[in-house]
Amino acid sequence: MTAGAIRRDFITVLDMKVEVERMGKGKPVLVLSGEEQLEQASAALADLAKDHELIFVSPPGFGRSERPDWISGPEDLSFILMDVLSALNLGPVPVIGFSLGGWLIAEIATKDDRFFSKLVFVNSYGVKIGGPFDRDINDIWTTHADKVAKWKWHDVEKGKRDFPSMAEDDLKIVARNVESTARFCWQPYMHNPKLTKRIHRIKTPSLFVWGENDGITPVTYGRAYSQLIAGSKFAAIPNAGHFPHIEQPEAFLKSVRSFLA
Amino acid sequence: MQAWHFTEMPYPDLPPSDQMSTMRVSLSNKYYDPKIGADLYNRYLDEYMIADDLGLDLMVNEHHQTATCIDTCAPLSAAILARQTSKGRILILGNPVSNRGDPVRIAEEMAMIDNISRGRLEVGFVRGVPYEVFASNCNPTETVERMWEGIDLALAAWRTVDEPFNFEGKFTHRRQINLWPTPYQRPYPPVWITGSSDYEAISRAASRGFTFATFLQPHETVKKLFDCYRANYVDCGQPGGGGVGFLPLVYTADTESEAEAGMKELLWYMTAKTEPQFRNPPGYVGVDLNVKALQGAFSGRTDAMRSKGLEFQRDQGVIMYGTPDQVAEQVKRFYGLVGGFDHLLMMQQAGHLDHARTVKSMTLFAKEVFPQIKDLARTKPTKVLAAAE
Repeated sequence: MTAGAIRRDFITVLDMKVEVERMGKGKPVLVLSGEEQLEQASAALADLAKDHELIFVSPPGFGRSERPDWISGPEDLSFILMDVLSALNLGPVPVIGFSLGGWLIAEIATKDDRFFSKLVFVNSYGVKIGGPFDRDINDIWTTHADKVAKWKWHDVEKGKRDFPSMAEDDLKIVARNVESTARFCWQPYMHNPKLTKRIHRIKTPSLFVWGENDGITPVTYGRAYSQLIAGSKFAAIPNAGHFPHIEQPEAFLKSVRSFLA
Repeated sequence: MQAWHFTEMPYPDLPPSDQMSTMRVSLSNKYYDPKIGADLYNRYLDEYMIADDLGLDLMVNEHHQTATCIDTCAPLSAAILARQTSKGRILILGNPVSNRGDPVRIAEEMAMIDNISRGRLEVGFVRGVPYEVFASNCNPTETVERMWEGIDLALAAWRTVDEPFNFEGKFTHRRQINLWPTPYQRPYPPVWITGSSDYEAISRAASRGFTFATFLQPHETVKKLFDCYRANYVDCGQPGGGGVGFLPLVYTADTESEAEAGMKELLWYMTAKTEPQFRNPPGYVGVDLNVKALQGAFSGRTDAMRSKGLEFQRDQGVIMYGTPDQVAEQVKRFYGLVGGFDHLLMMQQAGHLDHARTVKSMTLFAKEVFPQIKDLARTKPTKVLAAAE
């Protein structure tokens, strides 16, 4: 890890332990990882950590955060995360949300505008654009894993992970992240039907960064999502799927750094 | 020993197996011809009526979006049998209460069938196999919680009440629960539950006095499951008094070679393809099992089992076939290996097995096998606690 060690901590809200990890040094940036939590190991974030303190909060059910049974969806997660952010007392900070993490940004920012100074949405879930018969977000759970990999990655080789050689504790996190994603996002699938009626409340400067070849949340979905927030910017990243920060770190960093500056 | 006839009501007229990636969830319904389907439904129901005449009990189940089972509504087929048969017990195994939701509606339907059949109904509740969550869209991480809340509510709804009661649970809310009709059997019909690996659910079922059944498991596993049940059984005054059931594929014939040919037809069921993403939806099994899956523990296990062939599966007890004496021997051997059981649930029809051969096997079983096993003793739970204690 080029940016040095991860500093792991736990904070307790509502009697549950929530994992908070920090990486790098400099102006703080909050990171809400995607449901697979691939971000900490990415070269793009390691680079960003050279001059920022990246603060990763694992929502309940992800990473090493506890998950009480009463939590049923991203809206619950957003209220818990607001308690975490209040306790961390970071002041308004820039936030980058990947995939599910972007959805959580939208859930928080529609409810309370005190936590964030700038919003970066990366290939995020959260809104429903089309009608009942339209599938805005392709279904990762009824589709063969090989096809899902092609949706996720412009270059599927970049997404391959050698699970059998991973440590058991890490595999537990992988398996639990999958389970928690289903628990929270199964129905409605990857969206909150009310969010389009609330998202106008977001006045914070926003950037949407989108891998152009994403087969799960296609770029047309990303553009429609971005148009729901007045004045937001949109940066399409060519030759990248659902993880532009991993497939095209330089293009990703260029957009994000100029927005954060 | 009670013996139950069972078919999943398959629709076997499909493209060649190598041209299909799945027979479940996403197989195009353009392959379904309602004229063929109508004949199949009526034929399968006729076979249940023949089973009733032969002195067998009758078990139905349901699945969704699959060619392996076009009985999509077990209460409907049970209701037909309630009216068209007169002797056999009718077991729904079971109501997929999590996937279906609306436990009060299920309780009402069961009460109605129990009335029409004059108390011949037995009510199973099942969590549902993994691929079922795709047809219902039930969250796979919640199916266990939903099932137990639903069972508790159905049992409460079946009891007579002086005044309506309310229920505000996690998944179901009702204001004025007051069933009309109430069940014919008091306080309610025998309740069954199924399981194959979840010992916590088995002990929970046993502690409520439910009957427990497991399907198509090797005898060593069945013994462990039954032992768990027996060790945790509490006599709660359930009609039927609890007990355990096992479901193998069963084919009885005049000669062993004829029986083997019949069994090969039934094994169509075991080779039904399901695409991998439908086999293990997220959260259906726990994190520890999924860790083992990521480590590659289960890959190729099913193929390995299949490749071992008929003799191996017969030895395991998963399939039982042969002449009447051979089948009786296999049932008795299994009974000995698993510490006894009370209900033989027989899938006697599957795949392309036609009407004539199905009926021949059923008839031979009823006339020549059943008398040999009928008097096998009811099993005794290892500790029987009265509910009042």
